[in-house]
Amino acid sequence: MKILVCISKTPDTTAKITFTDNNTKFAEAGVQFIINPYDEWYSLVRAIELKEADGSTQIHLINVGGADSDPIIRKALALGGDEAIRVNANSQDSFYIASQIAEVAKQNNYDLIFTGKETIDYNGSSIGGMVSELLDMPYVSHATKFSLNGTTATIDREIDGGEEVNEVQLPVVVSCQKGMAEQRIPNMKGIMGARTKPLKVVEPVAVESLTSIVSFELPPPKAGVKLVSADHPEELVRLLHEEAKVI
Amino acid sequence: MSVLIFLDQSEGHIKKNSFEAASYGAKVAELLGTTADGIVLGNVNDDLAALGAYRLKRIHHFKNPELNNLDAQVFTNVIAEAAERIGATVIIFSNNADGKAIAPRLSVKLKAGLVSGAVALPDISNGFVVKKNVFSGKAFANVSVTTEKKIISLNPNSYKINKGEGIAEVIEPEITVPVSKVKVTAVNKIVGEIPLSEAELVVSGGRGLKGPENWNLVTDLAKVLGAATACSRPVADSDWRPHHEHVGQTGLAIAPNLYFAVGISGAIQHLAGVNRSKVIVVINKDPEAPFFKAADYGIVGDVFEVMPKITEAVKKLKGV
Ligand SMILES: Cc1cc2nc3c(=O)[nH]c(=O)nc-3n(C[C@H](O)[C@H](O)[C@H](O)COP(=O)(O)OP(=O)(O)OC[C@H]3O[C@@H](n4cnc5c(N)ncnc54)[C@H](O)[C@@H]3O)c2cc1C
Ligand SMILES: Nc1ncnc2c1ncn2[C@@H]1O[C@H](COP(=O)(O)O)[C@@H](O)[C@H]1O
Repeated sequence: MKILVCISKTPDTTAKITFTDNNTKFAEAGVQFIINPYDEWYSLVRAIELKEADGSTQIHLINVGGADSDPIIRKALALGGDEAIRVNANSQDSFYIASQIAEVAKQNNYDLIFTGKETIDYNGSSIGGMVSELLDMPYVSHATKFSLNGTTATIDREIDGGEEVNEVQLPVVVSCQKGMAEQRIPNMKGIMGARTKPLKVVEPVAVESLTSIVSFELPPPKAGVKLVSADHPEELVRLLHEEAKVI
Repeated sequence: MSVLIFLDQSEGHIKKNSFEAASYGAKVAELLGTTADGIVLGNVNDDLAALGAYRLKRIHHFKNPELNNLDAQVFTNVIAEAAERIGATVIIFSNNADGKAIAPRLSVKLKAGLVSGAVALPDISNGFVVKKNVFSGKAFANVSVTTEKKIISLNPNSYKINKGEGIAEVIEPEITVPVSKVKVTAVNKIVGEIPLSEAELVVSGGRGLKGPENWNLVTDLAKVLGAATACSRPVADSDWRPHHEHVGQTGLAIAPNLYFAVGISGAIQHLAGVNRSKVIVVINKDPEAPFFKAADYGIVGDVFEVMPKITEAVKKLKGV
């Protein structure tokens, strides 16, 4: 079986969010970058588990990004990917990124394509759905569990206010979230091995973007907390009713 | 040119998030000088003509029973065909579980630029620019859609429902539904609870509550308020509370009118899921807890003493 795991690079979850160039660019200076948590903890680890269950499984990683993505790709290889492909392009448009991923996928006939539920910077929740449409494959989003029986996948997915169990024949595109797997830490053997695993860099295909970011904004700062004495909690209730008018 | 709003349903009823999407879509149509239609898939028990109250002109109801459960691939085909027939140029979804599954596929199918997680009406003074959430609620991006057709998925609880008077014309068009490759074998819904994604009021607990045996401090208040309950990640990870209650960077992101945080420190990853709430209340015994910086109201105190009193005071206010 061949699995493609989509890996994106995002700022660390504690990174301070500021912008430069007249609020048109995220200020990267001093920011640490990580593998998008959904990609690392859930989709990649679940793919590794599938490989552990069936040794003939191959895991390919794909990232659409510049050379600055290489460290996070190496880390993903250290965790357990077999080889990686980086499409050498920078774009924030989901359609552009999805088209690059689909192009690579078309050449390799994957049985399974995993993405994260969303990137924690752009919050698009879009790439998985777009890739599936480009490849005319079924799509199960927000998966919390995934199991395989031959070529039938049983997938739990989050719905509003609950969960739903889906059964689908491979190939399928799945976006992954909490529940799929438990976070792992790369070990020494993995880190050493990752250095020699193939990381192929390919040039992008020509695709037009459908959207572009004009500018960023930060939310207005909070006015500050209004503290109520612990001896008079009923005063809090009065404020929520009369002043904030939320209850 | 017109606006088409996808009205999603659960067990035969149109979801609350869809009323937000309808209100938003009707306003977009007004801005563009056109009309708004709704599209409903599968069996529904609700009176669809009554959706005219949200200023929807027509409801296109595809009643095929194969459409009762979501298959993003099938839904995309049906909505795309409907959009073509109607001549819709702007299509609106709620950015809920279904919206996130369908909108990106439809974007590819129609070559329509997608803005997912929109929080405001489009600015059409110079092109078509929509404000969306980015960086897990820590910032916004203004996104320009350059294609002729456009798709917006609206974040839940970010546009006020606008209900007036009116009757929509209900049309039941015929369509051939492609065969689904996805079989839904079970649906597990939490009955009797308000889904967190739709809740306007949320009471949430953290490790400060010490253990699941103390959760009545959270649930009692939630009950009198008619609020949903949530929790921090370690609480869900320790199985004190079910996983679907976990909010934050790696859990659900919510934006209720009131987020009431009980014994939660307010780590940056927690805030990422709740910082868009309109009013935040924090109860914590540590005056240095980071959550106070993000809060509107707070009490520095022991949750075991404070919470029963708050619940009492709310009961009194509500006369129960
Ligand atoms: C990549 C990453 C992603 C993460 N994602 C999430 C996420 O999605 N959601 C999330 O919640 N966390 C997430 N975390 C974890 C996060 O960093 C915090 O560890 C977590 O939110 C802390 O939970 P807590 O506030 O319940 O517990 P604690 O940090 O232990 O805080 C408990 C609080 O209760 C107070 N307290 C204790 N006793 C009392 C009392 N008797 N009365 C009043 N107050 C009391 C304490 O002062 C303290 O502030 C993530 C972490 C990482 C690294
Ligand atoms: N530049 C990228 N390269 C590879 N995969 C990506 C990239 N951007 C996003 N993805 C994948 O798509 C998922 C959803 O991203 P998004 O639609 O941007 O929220 C991520 O969790 C990744 O798995």
